[in-house]
Amino acid sequence: MKKYTFTEKKDTRSGFGAGLSELGKTNPNVVALCADLTGSLKMDAFQKDHPERFFQIGIAEANMMGIAAGLTIGGKIPFTGTFANFSTGRVYDQIRQSIAYSGKNVKICASHAGLTLGEDGATHQILEDIGLMKMLPHMVVINPCDYNQTKAATIAIAAYDGPVYLRFGRPTIPNFTSADQKFEIGKAVMLNEGTDVTIIATGHLVWKAIEAGEALAAKGISAEIINIHTIKPLDTDAILKSILKTKCVVTAEEHQMNGGLGDSVAQFLSRNHPTPQEFVAVNDSFGESGTPDELMKKYGLDSVDIVKAVEKVISRKK
Amino acid sequence: MANIEALKKLSTQVRRDIVRMVHAVSSGHPGGSLGCVEYFVALYKVVMKHDPKAFTMDGKNDDLFFLSNGHISPVFYSVLARCGYFPVEELKTFRKLNSRLQGHPTTHEGLPGVRIASGSLGQGMSVAIGAALAKKLNKDNSIVYTLHGDGELQEGQIWEAAMYAAAYKVDNIICTVDYNGRQIDGDVENVLSLGNLKAKFEAFGWTVIENPKGNDLESVISHLEKAKTFVGKGKPIMILMNTEMGMGIDYMMGTHKWHGSAPNDDQLAKALLQIEETEKDY
Repeated sequence: MKKYTFTEKKDTRSGFGAGLSELGKTNPNVVALCADLTGSLKMDAFQKDHPERFFQIGIAEANMMGIAAGLTIGGKIPFTGTFANFSTGRVYDQIRQSIAYSGKNVKICASHAGLTLGEDGATHQILEDIGLMKMLPHMVVINPCDYNQTKAATIAIAAYDGPVYLRFGRPTIPNFTSADQKFEIGKAVMLNEGTDVTIIATGHLVWKAIEAGEALAAKGISAEIINIHTIKPLDTDAILKSILKTKCVVTAEEHQMNGGLGDSVAQFLSRNHPTPQEFVAVNDSFGESGTPDELMKKYGLDSVDIVKAVEKVISRKK
Repeated sequence: MANIEALKKLSTQVRRDIVRMVHAVSSGHPGGSLGCVEYFVALYKVVMKHDPKAFTMDGKNDDLFFLSNGHISPVFYSVLARCGYFPVEELKTFRKLNSRLQGHPTTHEGLPGVRIASGSLGQGMSVAIGAALAKKLNKDNSIVYTLHGDGELQEGQIWEAAMYAAAYKVDNIICTVDYNGRQIDGDVENVLSLGNLKAKFEAFGWTVIENPKGNDLESVISHLEKAKTFVGKGKPIMILMNTEMGMGIDYMMGTHKWHGSAPNDDQLAKALLQIEETEKDY
């Protein structure tokens, strides 16, 4: 098992803020919109440095999505910022008609996704957003794993012409990917080569997968770990190549089992190379108030849950 | 200004296009389309600065129009075609398979003249505000126009947008409400009353212009020209334009029944007797 180290824990939303701030300096067409959560989304630096390109919309997310769509018509590249719940479910029809179907170059940037939002509870802990967004034709869906990758993803999506959903979170987590990484939309990142099982993880679950890989190595199990930051389009070549070697897979995500990364992987494999798969995901349940760590444990999204899923899936191999 | 008599003749032809289009596919929305003919002819033939032969999505230095109540696509398509955005013959593909003239307008099939999909109501004002903000950033002094149904104002997003436009002085948009008082289920007053619409928009901080004669071409032009004089004065502009749903076809007026139903063969014949072919039918 390859060793991953980190010198600091940082939140992915700060990676978004840093990426947006850099885009403000390098791309005059980038504009930002926020629905009364500038501090939470770490958009303050962009707002301060480029007040003419920052639009405070107020608590009116539907209007924000429409205004973003309209801004593209003058050649702007709008980045909207609010919590993941208000970036998707609340404004699904606005995104569907004014952005996705209209083919507008809007970057929907969503913080506080999943259980790790913590104490605010289930009203705000959306676990359905990946599913909602990946169902929209041609919508790109990205869920980076740490601060550096979120920053790199933020910068990369400005150069892509089309609607993108960028999902990140609230808590501080290990920042372990390199600061100068090249972010390629739709390209999986191989974290550890292994032979017994493939673990495909996205977002906050990538670090949990690394922890699980270390625990598995101690038990003599060689896990191949793939960081899928782009859920759509899915890097099916990387997945197939790994599965042909390991012959079983565990997917891990901070999302409902229905409609998430695991679903996408299962759909691909069932059509191309049926393979035993276990899912580390929330199983048809809402979240609740608690600390991020407590919630990840209670809802089965911890590294020990990945280890258990690996042991189960290996036992299913023929 | 263009010859009013010629524009009135064009309006008649647009009405023929509308009823023929919806009749051909036994679906579509003739009522609101017929009521807004004068508005579209005024806007595209007189008021707006635009070049049908050089359509670009960005529309830099052009005036832009967004149809928020997308179901009145027949009048939009007819006027776009008769201005030269696409061939008039293409009107016969309306609502048919593989057409650029979808039931509700969309950018998806690349129809020139359309810059946003609409149909799900309440979204067009927000989009127009975004386009208007982009124009300000681009130092582009042209104007953004929108049209909304009165029933559409029951959507909450309209009021989010109205609040924003006034608070942030989006004074380069001229919105118009097709104030015909009717919606699918009946009179707006009975379905969900809008109350005092003028007072509502004024309270939201808009300049409100009332035009009680929305089917009088000269009146529509003069009210739009008057609205233009308020551009750049710090407030968004709203025209409340009274129209008659089904205008021009006797049996379609005075009722909400023709909001979303198409005439049959006999009804079409009866309608066409009332509207002269002034330009060639497609």
